[in-house]
Amino acid sequence: MCLAVPLEIKEILDNERAVAIQGSAEMEINISLVENPAAGDFVIFHAGFAIETLDIIEAEARLDLFKEMTTE
Amino acid sequence: MRFKAELSNPEIIKPILRQVEVLAGKMAKDIRIMEVCGTHTVSLRKSGIHSLLPENIKLISGPGCPVCVTPTGYLDNALALVEDNRAVIATFGDMLKVPGSKGISLSRYMGTGRVRMVYSPTDLLDMALQSKKPVVFLGIGFETTIPTVASVFLKAEQEKIANLFLYTAFKVVIPALRVLLDIPDRYLDGFLLPGHVSAIIGTEAYSLLEEPGGVPGVVAGFEPADMLFAILLLLRQIFKGENRVENAYPRVVKADGNPRAREIIERLLTPGSEPWRGLGIIPDGSRKLKDEFRRLDAKVAFDLPEIKDYDPPGCICASVILGQKSPIECSLFGKRCTPENPVGPCMVSSEGSCAAYLKYGE
Repeated sequence: MCLAVPLEIKEILDNERAVAIQGSAEMEINISLVENPAAGDFVIFHAGFAIETLDIIEAEARLDLFKEMTTE
Repeated sequence: MRFKAELSNPEIIKPILRQVEVLAGKMAKDIRIMEVCGTHTVSLRKSGIHSLLPENIKLISGPGCPVCVTPTGYLDNALALVEDNRAVIATFGDMLKVPGSKGISLSRYMGTGRVRMVYSPTDLLDMALQSKKPVVFLGIGFETTIPTVASVFLKAEQEKIANLFLYTAFKVVIPALRVLLDIPDRYLDGFLLPGHVSAIIGTEAYSLLEEPGGVPGVVAGFEPADMLFAILLLLRQIFKGENRVENAYPRVVKADGNPRAREIIERLLTPGSEPWRGLGIIPDGSRKLKDEFRRLDAKVAFDLPEIKDYDPPGCICASVILGQKSPIECSLFGKRCTPENPVGPCMVSSEGSCAAYLKYGE
């Protein structure tokens, strides 16, 4: 039940709502649980809500770490 | 999302697996790692990670499947509301197929308008406004889900929607970990910690694992490379005899989690001590409505009886949740108990250990 997926925010509608991109579709999500969401941010989406923002820099760093392991 | 594809790429996974194999080879005994979260139970098996691991690395499914730890008595109370036509039950799909103590599930009433499935709690406000009858939402789930429900019920209170009620059976993770740690003759060497619960509570919440006598814990994401790397970090600690909390999902999880989401939980709910299937009553292991929100409470509005736990005859779900038994040790497993005709909750929920074992192999 804790399944959650990353989505990209396309447009902020108001304090509570945003349009997010899911594959080739768009959907309205609730953004009231996250701090200062902005268009272009990736968020973790669960049960209609963004529950946290996804840190792209951390994601890149982790991938780099894994890629370094392939050359060790 | 390109990360998703890369984190499932065999070229990325192989070197992590190789390090896991080397380390496991240096450890003579069986290493027992509990994946606390039901979504990990499914992801580990669906991706095949469980079958790639060395023989002596054993994965045990923990109590993090909300449907599995909800006692049958809770469902009996919900069913009674529908059967007596006192309220419409709204629920996430996970609860629909769980049989009550008489073997009947809520799904029997789908299509009658008396049981409604929701994908998001945000659907509840309109549902209540359009309903002539009271609507009772089944509040199950862990910290990942709780703030989404709390947010909607705070709004229902603000907008004075008089026919929407919450039947709480919310559970929180830390008190359950305490119970698992305190079991005499503990059989666990480490915890694979839940990624999305941790997004809310933060890694700091797990400090109990770092106390003397604790075990290592690593917060993991849900892609194959995420989970395997977290297992590697656990093995490194187990090998050195350490018990630290590490974060292998830093792109989502912060040390202090999501304080805004926690604040919303705390505005509506307060700690309670209610029964978990398999674990019994865990002090402060539940979340219930604060007194000031009694008006929203289905227990009060419908005078619902206290719930009792009940295991279907022959079902060992309780021991499976505790990690004491494996699904294959159950005489009903795969015979009388299947996902199509589940006897117990560990088979009903797709996140239950039994359903995952049957679908993806041990």
